[in-house]
Amino acid sequence: MEYIELIIATIFVNNILLAQFLGNCPFLGTSKKMETAAGMGMAVIFVLVMAGVMTWIIYEWLLVPYKLEFLRTIAFILVIASLVQFVEMFLKKSIPALYAGLGIFLPLITTNCAVFGVCVLNIDKEYNFLQSLVASFGYAAGFGLALVLFAGVRERILLARVPKPLQDTSIALVTAGIFSLSFYAFRGMV
Amino acid sequence: MTIAILVMLGIGATCGIILSVASKVFYVYEDPRIGQVEYFLAGANCGGCGFAGCSAAAVAIVEGKAKPGVCVAADTEAAVNIAGVMGVEPGTAEPLKSLNPCSGGDRAEDKFIYNGAMTCAAMTALYGGKRVCSIGCLGMGDCIRSCQFDAIHMGPQGFPVIDEFKCVGCGACATTCPKDLLSVKTMSQRLLVFNQEDHALAPCQQTCPAEIDIPKYIRLIKEGDYEGAVNTIRERNPLLLSCGRVCPHPCENHCRREIEDEAVSINQLKRFVADYEMNSGRRFPIACAPDTGKRVAVVGGGPAGVSCAYFLRRLGHHPTIYEAMPKLGGITRYGIPEYRLPDKVLDWEIEGILNLGIDVRYNTVIGRDFTIQSLREEGYEAIFMGIGAWKDYKLGIKGEDLKGVSQGISFLSSVASSPDKKVPIGKRAAVVGGGNSAIDCVRTLLRLGCEEVYIVYRRTRKEMPANAVEIEAAEHEGVKFQFLAAPTQVIDDGQGNVKGLEYLQMKLGEPDASGRRRPVPIEGSETVLDVDMVISAISQQPDIGFMEGEPEKENITITRWNTFDNDPETLQCSVPYLFTGGDVATGPSLVVDAIGGGRRAARAIHQYITGEEVKGTPKSLRKRHIPESLFATVPGVVKSPRTPMPELPVAERIDSMIEVDQVITEADAKHESSRCLNCCRICYNPDVIDQKDQNAA
Repeated sequence: MEYIELIIATIFVNNILLAQFLGNCPFLGTSKKMETAAGMGMAVIFVLVMAGVMTWIIYEWLLVPYKLEFLRTIAFILVIASLVQFVEMFLKKSIPALYAGLGIFLPLITTNCAVFGVCVLNIDKEYNFLQSLVASFGYAAGFGLALVLFAGVRERILLARVPKPLQDTSIALVTAGIFSLSFYAFRGMV
Repeated sequence: MTIAILVMLGIGATCGIILSVASKVFYVYEDPRIGQVEYFLAGANCGGCGFAGCSAAAVAIVEGKAKPGVCVAADTEAAVNIAGVMGVEPGTAEPLKSLNPCSGGDRAEDKFIYNGAMTCAAMTALYGGKRVCSIGCLGMGDCIRSCQFDAIHMGPQGFPVIDEFKCVGCGACATTCPKDLLSVKTMSQRLLVFNQEDHALAPCQQTCPAEIDIPKYIRLIKEGDYEGAVNTIRERNPLLLSCGRVCPHPCENHCRREIEDEAVSINQLKRFVADYEMNSGRRFPIACAPDTGKRVAVVGGGPAGVSCAYFLRRLGHHPTIYEAMPKLGGITRYGIPEYRLPDKVLDWEIEGILNLGIDVRYNTVIGRDFTIQSLREEGYEAIFMGIGAWKDYKLGIKGEDLKGVSQGISFLSSVASSPDKKVPIGKRAAVVGGGNSAIDCVRTLLRLGCEEVYIVYRRTRKEMPANAVEIEAAEHEGVKFQFLAAPTQVIDDGQGNVKGLEYLQMKLGEPDASGRRRPVPIEGSETVLDVDMVISAISQQPDIGFMEGEPEKENITITRWNTFDNDPETLQCSVPYLFTGGDVATGPSLVVDAIGGGRRAARAIHQYITGEEVKGTPKSLRKRHIPESLFATVPGVVKSPRTPMPELPVAERIDSMIEVDQVITEADAKHESSRCLNCCRICYNPDVIDQKDQNAA
């Protein structure tokens, strides 16, 4: 029950994109087409679950015992970057089909603040190992969901008459704002 | 503090070790040039090139999908360095270029009044757009907004125009266009496009056997861009000087202007730009794709073989032509007389094609000096068979072996290969047949000093397969026509020479399979024509005697017309490495048919030797017409006179082999090109003639 609650909270209530406003660059950059958005969503889920787990282990087993919590930021960046590189190499060799689908998004994730943000949140909220695993998955799924929904809306915006000054990124930001407001309706659910 | 440093070092070292181990364990071979190329790219991952980041761009460059200068953030020096890595000239790698085949979004009529969002995507969502044209440009400019390089702008006629110099071939416009109209292709890909049912094609382009983009080159002539017009023709037809002279231009029969007015003189315009290049003193450069190192043997250096070799060379392959005669050109040199296609014109044209890097072995005859088998053993990866149809059919009547009887092609080629273009002839000659070779024979005979020349044809003038202008020119020069006459025997003078030609008079009966009325003999109407020379020019067939010596002759299917059996779409024979085109595949036909066949075979050979599946175009048209493109009326056409063919007066031309048809002037070319309606499938512009121009002319 606790975990179901956690998943709902991370996907809807505390959606990483629409409630926490992290990872806005890929949110705007890869949401122009449904196909791209879905690919990016899958890639984020894949990487974020691994990154959440890895950083939790590093923090709890390495940094806390030596009282080095202040090294969290730099250590996480290093770990996440290496992890993405590793995953990229692994996929290329072992699962070429998956690499062909996600490969081009992996480098974009290296510097994705949503990934880093989730890892930090897991620590701040003092989740245990299983909780941070579930939370990482939930946040990533929320990221993917928001991205896919948003891509659907943006594909339709193309058919609408948008005043010139508001075209493209401007209208996307306005839409994102409204989107975010609608996600506020989930507040208080859990 | 010490611990902190140690821990960080530890994490760093662990990551480093894991990654370096992983890079060994998970090593996947990739072209080392990818890394080198990526080094020179800006590393900004901006996506400006249209690829997903710099690594993807580097892969695309190495695979030849992008040119070295694709990176928008790096400077030209980077492009030069990358070109160095790739071992190509910065400019000669195959650049992708966007292309808009629709040349008139604003001209098709509207189906309904549209008040929605002014984008192509939105408009397409409503019944496929407001215009009656189902495939054409909507003209809302989605492609313009999608272009990050400012390479597309809205032209004055309401359709997007692409600036080839700014286009980087990123493909954004092609992705955006909801009508799939814009296509981003390399030069090689463009050379291999064939007419399709769902292409934007004017009726003339649907008819042309070589599928030349006729409206485009006429538009370029109108704009004064003669080099552009020549390059447009060369994408489909390398022998534009020859075709501009000898083509019977089937395209003009389907010119939409002809419905209300006279057809545009398309072929004279082709000749005009072709002659413009020859007389300009320089050859317009012809681009070729990077070398592939693959070798192809082309047997026969006629129009089909030269066309096939030319397209293969432009695709980067290395064709070698095996020619039986001492010079290239085939039937255009040895069958078409000097007064229609001068040797020096043909020489100039063929020299330009050979300069691309095509090898030729002259005086080598298949079956005598080499065989299909020996070519295979020499390491050619594919063979193109384009030996033409040089064996004259015989009349099959008595007296055909008398002295003074000869056959059409052998007579014409004996004239063409004699240095002064002269052979001994009789005083009075009869030529049997109604095709272009027969006309070529009579007009040649007149020029050689024959006093009286007859054409003996078993049907009437209306049924003659020769070009109308040729028949007319022969008439002007004083050829006598004996219609409805079927030769029955050649009469002997007692010393083995010809004394006369006896024929039966005929009358026309019921139409036969070809739709022409069948001639029926009139009993007892034998008449003798008093001549001392008879030439039979009643058609030819391929000479495939060499097949007897081929080890694989069992596997190579031959039709009952002695032509090679092939797949009509790919021209591949019953053995996969053999391709044929031109007369040897079709039987005697037009030069331009052979040129189209050469290009079609070049596509299949390209697919075959690069390991692709040999396949044709889906929905291929192959000279069929799109029904909706054929109109009954064309409203709004202002009549405008067709430029007449300038030709030498009979008195000046009849004694020599001097070229009869002359080229039109630049002013006439301007006028003629402005007569083009610039049609597409159902889109045309009746107001194209500027009234001011009209008055000035």
